[in-house]
Amino acid sequence: MILAIDTSAGSSVAVVDRDGGVLAEHTVADTRRHAEVIGRLIHDALSEAGVAPSELSAVVAGRGPGPFTGLRVGIAAARAFAFGAGVPCLSVGSHDAVAFERLSPAAGRSVAASGGAVDSPLVVVTDARRREVAYSSWSGLDDDGLPVLVAGPALVRPADLDEAIGASSSWPRTDPDATTVSAAALGMLAERLFEHGRPFADAEPLYLREPDVTPSAGPKPVTR
Amino acid sequence: MTATRASSAVAAEPSAAGPLVLGIETSCDETGIGIVRGRTLLANVISSSMDEHARYGGVVPEVAARAHLEALEPALAAALAEAGVTVAELDAIAVTSGPGLAGALMVGVGAAKALALATGKPLYAVNHLVGHVGADVLRDDGSDLELPTIALLVSGGHTSLLHVRDLVDDVELLGETIDDAAGEAFDKVARLLGLPYPGGPQIDRVAEGGDPKAIRFPRGLTLPKDLAKHRYDFSFSGLKTAVARWVEQRRSEGGAVPVADVAASFREAVADVLLTKALAACADRGVPRLLLGGGVVANARVRQLAAERCAAAGVELRVPPLSLCTDNGAMIAALGAELVSRGRVPSPLDFGADSTLPVTTVQAV
Ligand SMILES: [Zn+2]
Repeated sequence: MILAIDTSAGSSVAVVDRDGGVLAEHTVADTRRHAEVIGRLIHDALSEAGVAPSELSAVVAGRGPGPFTGLRVGIAAARAFAFGAGVPCLSVGSHDAVAFERLSPAAGRSVAASGGAVDSPLVVVTDARRREVAYSSWSGLDDDGLPVLVAGPALVRPADLDEAIGASSSWPRTDPDATTVSAAALGMLAERLFEHGRPFADAEPLYLREPDVTPSAGPKPVTR
Repeated sequence: MTATRASSAVAAEPSAAGPLVLGIETSCDETGIGIVRGRTLLANVISSSMDEHARYGGVVPEVAARAHLEALEPALAAALAEAGVTVAELDAIAVTSGPGLAGALMVGVGAAKALALATGKPLYAVNHLVGHVGADVLRDDGSDLELPTIALLVSGGHTSLLHVRDLVDDVELLGETIDDAAGEAFDKVARLLGLPYPGGPQIDRVAEGGDPKAIRFPRGLTLPKDLAKHRYDFSFSGLKTAVARWVEQRRSEGGAVPVADVAASFREAVADVLLTKALAACADRGVPRLLLGGGVVANARVRQLAAERCAAAGVELRVPPLSLCTDNGAMIAALGAELVSRGRVPSPLDFGADSTLPVTTVQAV
């Protein structure tokens, strides 16, 4: 059983099981209250699933891309929970979860309900703030039923998206204002990675943007 | 509606030696994990991102927050190893919920909630500034923190004067900086003098050979008209500008800048105004005790002047060891242990990071 946490958009926490599917998923769409809600979401997901921390085999963190401040809350929580429970913390891309949810019936919900069609190509587009979006293009599912990445993830201005995704510009794409990331899909994707012995993502958060600072050029004069 | 808490809504059960508490501090640029048993320090692990801020000349919030996320788990492991305890043995977890940098605080808050839920431990969300006062209970010289006390807490992030009558439920903010923190002023003046970041130790070093009376720099908010409204408040922005103006004037005249004298005179102005106001508070409130906290305590002249002024005024001066004065997790654990010992219930699970948490809120409830 896996505890999955993603705060790359709203805050989403799920408990999933390879055989039992999605045991519980709790999500808050608010993109500004990650630190407030994360504890209650974890608490509620575990209690609804009836799963104790000691029964988990891993914690999975959505590594982004997503606005930094919120994204970090979920990753910090996932790492600390795993530390406390004595289980590994693994990372999965947040866009991977969106693609998996939309392309695979194994994501634990109907593909149609999540706005996708099995094995169709898809461009995942999410809000990156500062008049940019984060995108990634997925050509479909591979033989293990895992989404195949062909471009991204990267940031771009909405007007430049077509050019950035080139060959996949005619594919269906998600609406950045409405695309949420489901922790259940993240967790089910992780189960599938385990099942097929496939590697997990790098633990580093996917910030895609350097801190917004410039090295100081020395003090400014105060006298004229 | 009843609040959901990390475990059952009852206080942790302290053992005879006091509760075993782990504290998490991420309010600025130090990731601190500390472990205490009651008033005994067991571990104090600090991972600082100071070097990463050096090229920017000051703490960059996003850089600090990224560093917290990476430092957290190694610091947790190191603190538990240092204390020789396991997470299962803990009686409670405490975390700084404010004041501080919002994005930095959120890393600690998110981690603390998850750690509490994974281990079933009660969680206490505490005030960073009151934590600085709480650090004093961890001194190993056997002298207990006596209350009431005036507390002067000075760092790169805050400059605050408190009247502490009770550590867990009677803390009053007397005053604070209305612009820059004192530590920031040290950083900015150091830059002006071509000295590297962080400025405090650099100013201290070059001031050694200087004359503190060479230049009379202004003491912010000490004029009678300012004192009426800002008796215990501080202002360092005018001082910083005055130093800049003096240095530029000297340079424009083609003269060499007497760095040692400027540094010594600036440092004297900061130390003077800090201690004048702190001792005024002691006198006004009839409190014969002054506690120092925060990284600026590392400044030799601040400590020296505090000792002189306190001795002259008959005020007992308390300065915790430097490792407990700079931001650290042990002080948060110590405050958490006081709350547990006093039978306080844990914080609800839905507290947030509050960058302006008032000192009257010792624990988020
Ligand atoms: Zn501090």
